Amino acid sequence: MSVEIPELRVTPDRYLTVRYAGASGDYNPIHIDEEFAKQVGLPGKILHGLYTMAQVARAQTEAAGGPEKLKRLSVQFRGLGLPEQEIVVRSTVREERDGVAVVETLAEQSGTAIIRNAEAEINTS
Amino acid sequence: MPVNTETIGKSYPPTVYAVGREKIKEYAYAVGESNPLHLDPDAARAAGHRDVVAPPMFAVVYSAPALGPAILDPDVGINFALMVHGGQEFRWGPLVVAGDEITTTVTVSDISERDGRGFYVFESRSVNQDGDEVCVGTWTNIVRGV
Repeated sequence: MSVEIPELRVTPDRYLTVRYAGASGDYNPIHIDEEFAKQVGLPGKILHGLYTMAQVARAQTEAAGGPEKLKRLSVQFRGLGLPEQEIVVRSTVREERDGVAVVETLAEQSGTAIIRNAEAEINTS
Repeated sequence: MPVNTETIGKSYPPTVYAVGREKIKEYAYAVGESNPLHLDPDAARAAGHRDVVAPPMFAVVYSAPALGPAILDPDVGINFALMVHGGQEFRWGPLVVAGDEITTTVTVSDISERDGRGFYVFESRSVNQDGDEVCVGTWTNIVRGV
């Protein structure tokens, strides 16, 4: 089976970071407190990097046919992800051999990468 | 101040996380997962699973309790205020489903310094109640101005 990973687009709403904090247990105030985030020099509340990584993972599992297909994902976090801005996950299959596809992928907002040099391995058999 | 590399190889006491159906659903909704395997026990059972299935990135939830003591260990010496999450890798084994008990052990796998930044790399190894390795995580934290 040959696999292609379609672009995934998602716009986290302004309360997403609160829901993700509760779901993940990461309550760092830079993600949920606008004033605190500004006091430490950020433009405002920023997305959890692992939330954005979960969008990269979802792009792979939705294309590959289920959660059991994703065997590995590595990412580098860069820049700041912000609520209320569209995230675009782009993925390119680089190699496909012995039932495993190696995928180069990234996540960006407004044309700036917030996850880069990411690589996924998915089962295609 | 140079980074202290003495804790490389140090391991921390394992944590046990009991995976709950509603927690999987809460996580799945938060990250936008719509696959019924994560949300609907009947759909999960029809697909041959014992209960709802955790999305792969749910690894964050069951392994995080084991990470805390390592990241906060004064012997590791991370300056929390200057720390950013630089990189992450997960490798997955068998699926995690509601009802599983996941035991996670964290080890300091590397500490190094480059261009005035400290790189602290932790490995988490998570196994289920049957001893299957369900996830290995590599967590890279970067501290500015070490």
